[in-house]
Amino acid sequence: MIKTDVVIIGAGPTGLFCAHQLGIIGLKCEIVDNLDKIGGQCIELYPDKPIYDIPAIPKCTGEELTNNLIEQIKPFNFNFHLSDKVQELKNENDKWFVKTLNGKEFETPNIVIAGGVGSFEPRKFPTKSAEKYDGKSVLYSIKDKTIFKDKSVIIFGGGDSALDWAIELSNSSKVTLVHRRDEFRGAPASVQKIKELSDNKTIDLITKYSIKDVKGNGSLESVEIKSESGESKVIKADYVLGFFGLIMQLGPIAEWGLNLDKKTIPVNTENFETNKKGIFAIGDICTYPGKLKLILSGFHEGALAARGCFKYARPDEKYRFEFTTASSTIKDRLGVKE
Amino acid sequence: MAKIKYIEFNGTEHEADVANGLSVMEGAIQNDIPGIDADCGGGMSCATCHVYINDDEWFKKLPEKEMGEDDMLDQAFEPKSNSRLSCQLIVSDDLDGLTVHMPEKQV
Repeated sequence: MIKTDVVIIGAGPTGLFCAHQLGIIGLKCEIVDNLDKIGGQCIELYPDKPIYDIPAIPKCTGEELTNNLIEQIKPFNFNFHLSDKVQELKNENDKWFVKTLNGKEFETPNIVIAGGVGSFEPRKFPTKSAEKYDGKSVLYSIKDKTIFKDKSVIIFGGGDSALDWAIELSNSSKVTLVHRRDEFRGAPASVQKIKELSDNKTIDLITKYSIKDVKGNGSLESVEIKSESGESKVIKADYVLGFFGLIMQLGPIAEWGLNLDKKTIPVNTENFETNKKGIFAIGDICTYPGKLKLILSGFHEGALAARGCFKYARPDEKYRFEFTTASSTIKDRLGVKE
Repeated sequence: MAKIKYIEFNGTEHEADVANGLSVMEGAIQNDIPGIDADCGGGMSCATCHVYINDDEWFKKLPEKEMGEDDMLDQAFEPKSNSRLSCQLIVSDDLDGLTVHMPEKQV
């Protein structure tokens, strides 16, 4: 059990800056994120796209913004728990007990939800019949590639994951690559390689088809694919892999008894607290009259939520407002030597 | 201004007057029309404002897809050759009378 002042859910820009504000006012926090890297949407959706509306930064990419925020909170040495997800919340005597998917446990008076539009999950096949085999022979990521040796594998998708795995697995498996159109969005070198492998019959490349049905009797036997004009084909398969990118799901957050407005959480704009005492929501996931889904709004929301957390983390102390330019206490916390 | 018709997967029809300059996606969100999620808020980075343009004449009349829209559509729910991302369809008088059909779901 890790005891801390605040658990932040979400390591996007809003969560990171909130952590900074907590560090400045002398609180500790632990940060949990479902992705395997820090940065949230900035790093997952647009690492290379320039952002033009961060105050005082005329232009920076999602990756640069993330790296700068990580740099900014370095002095505080906060722990990140990546590739993990808060699954369960329980309240006892004004303390929150938090459990993650990987079995980590936290005790904290405050939780800050900075979860964006939810956690990133792989997009799955639209066919109901695929669900039965999910995690067994229908997969959306690969942990152990040796299971595919000498097997028939059908890969769906046109991006880098689909192409890279088709190339990699073609060494030791019978690979069929299926994509909905003739163009691929993967790296040009991979597209070229796929065309070569298809020309010399190392892989079967089928374009303008998508999945129709997954068939089997206990174990997966074949996959039926369809073209838009209604033709269909059945292909024998031991494994089916789908690489359609990531979607955002609210997930367990929806089950914590918070008021929800569509996929967002209404908050009090004084401190960004939700209807549950000690649970705050900031960034894209919170809503209030006039809410703007901008990174700069998330920064402001995180700063106020941090002060809200102070009240519950240090009930016997009075919060004192201080400037970073003037306060020696803050400079100590930042490790600044003058 | 353009009158846009949004038809849900279950057949429910909605009509909205959408101001020029807004996207077809924004027209749906601002009028509380269900069926378009727009998780990323119009950044062409999530494929959850996916619609079908069933009328071929209309499909041809729409502004062409920019680079990246088809890449995003690869990741949409059941994309077809008449799929578009509604955040990329900017409303003008020319779009008056456009009908878009929503997929069964966005995620």
